[in-house]
Amino acid sequence: MGAVITVVDYGRSNLLSVRRALEHCGAQVRFASAPEEVLRAQALVLPGVGAFADGMEQLRRQGLAGPIRQKAGEGTPLLGICLGMQMLLEAGVEGGLTEGLGLIAGQVGPLPDKTADGAPLKVPHVGWGALTLAPSGASGLLRGTRQGDEVYFVHSFAARPARREDCAATVEYGGHTVCAAVARGNVTGLQFHPEKSGPVGLCMIRAFVESIG
Amino acid sequence: MSKKLRLIARLDVKDDHLVKGIQYEGLRKLGDPHDFARRYYEQGVDELLYLDTVASLYERNNLGDILRRTTADVFIPITAGGGLRSAEDVGAVLKAGADKAAVNTAALRRPQLITEIARAYGSQCVVVSIQAKRRDPARPEAGWEAYYDNGREHSGRDVLEWARQAAALGAGELLLTGVDKEGFRRGMDQQLIAAVAELVDIPVIAAGGAGSADDLVLAAKNGADAVAVGSMLHYGDSGVPALKRWLLDGGVEVRRWEL
Repeated sequence: MGAVITVVDYGRSNLLSVRRALEHCGAQVRFASAPEEVLRAQALVLPGVGAFADGMEQLRRQGLAGPIRQKAGEGTPLLGICLGMQMLLEAGVEGGLTEGLGLIAGQVGPLPDKTADGAPLKVPHVGWGALTLAPSGASGLLRGTRQGDEVYFVHSFAARPARREDCAATVEYGGHTVCAAVARGNVTGLQFHPEKSGPVGLCMIRAFVESIG
Repeated sequence: MSKKLRLIARLDVKDDHLVKGIQYEGLRKLGDPHDFARRYYEQGVDELLYLDTVASLYERNNLGDILRRTTADVFIPITAGGGLRSAEDVGAVLKAGADKAAVNTAALRRPQLITEIARAYGSQCVVVSIQAKRRDPARPEAGWEAYYDNGREHSGRDVLEWARQAAALGAGELLLTGVDKEGFRRGMDQQLIAAVAELVDIPVIAAGGAGSADDLVLAAKNGADAVAVGSMLHYGDSGVPALKRWLLDGGVEVRRWEL
């Protein structure tokens, strides 16, 4: 029997695509919308599409924020995707300043609307972007990823980790360097959609599945 | 800043079949759309576009089953369109595995729909499909009119005005098809692509008439962010890797692909 991965269902994401990618990489998938289901998990995926404030409110309403934090503290592998990655940080400003899960130090702020040269920049950032791996990024879920591998982004906000070593990869957008992945111990967050990034994304998901003992 | 052209495989679907016609008429059945989708994905295409070609006639979208099957082994962004009439319809295709939804007929009838979908799911989800037909092929200055129902019905709307309005209402991207060129593989309406790309600041996906990589290179140089290619891929004369190589040779950056 393969690894059993619990995907947090708080009504804010495309669960099917995430599920299919995990299954493709050999995992069994369960969905969790109640605290006890999260607390039972062997490994957690926190997906998400939408706004920070709304996502956190939904997690709290379902009583999931505390259990996710508790599991992460106990060493359970946790992967946040897109909004799920952003919510790993301490706070976000989208939809009003809102407290996040606080598993990675730092905040989530808007993408700049001007390029480094001052020209208008399209936000949301939608499309494929090439990753620059930080020295710390070569381990963990990005261990099979190469410099310049391309992944699919859809976002208007980006994480700004307080500790430099927590940023595992960056992407260039409009001449700015934007955090694309965070990692600290058992907690990893990917700003892009690994489930929509072809073999490059599947490689990260496989690494996550294989990391579960 | 180098911008990368996205190469999108366009799959026109009728019932459970991949079909391709010329100017949307005389549809030929080519096979199971999912098989084609998987092949293009494995070859390194950047996105998929499924269009239900008869959905508007029946006022329903039939893509749910194909989408659900596709998500099992295709891991790139998927856009679904055809007969989507409400934010709920869009929600249903997103739930079935699509990442974006393309709307045409219903948006022409009620432009506010664009805003409703953008509010509910984010503007990155909303692709407004514009079928543009020249008012008078002999007089380019007469411009283009927006059509619907697969290029059969005209809306009376000017394409450039409609493009601007769609962007202002919250469209995330425009899928721009030159109906006069569609399916012939004899070149795209480059004037149309240039006119719309210059006008709006959202991505423009150019479609209709591509017959060679040179057409795609031209579209990129005229400002297209992406190109949607059907016949060129389906009829097997050029696979995705060959197309990407030609684009690179033509000076157009594309997503690199190695397995």
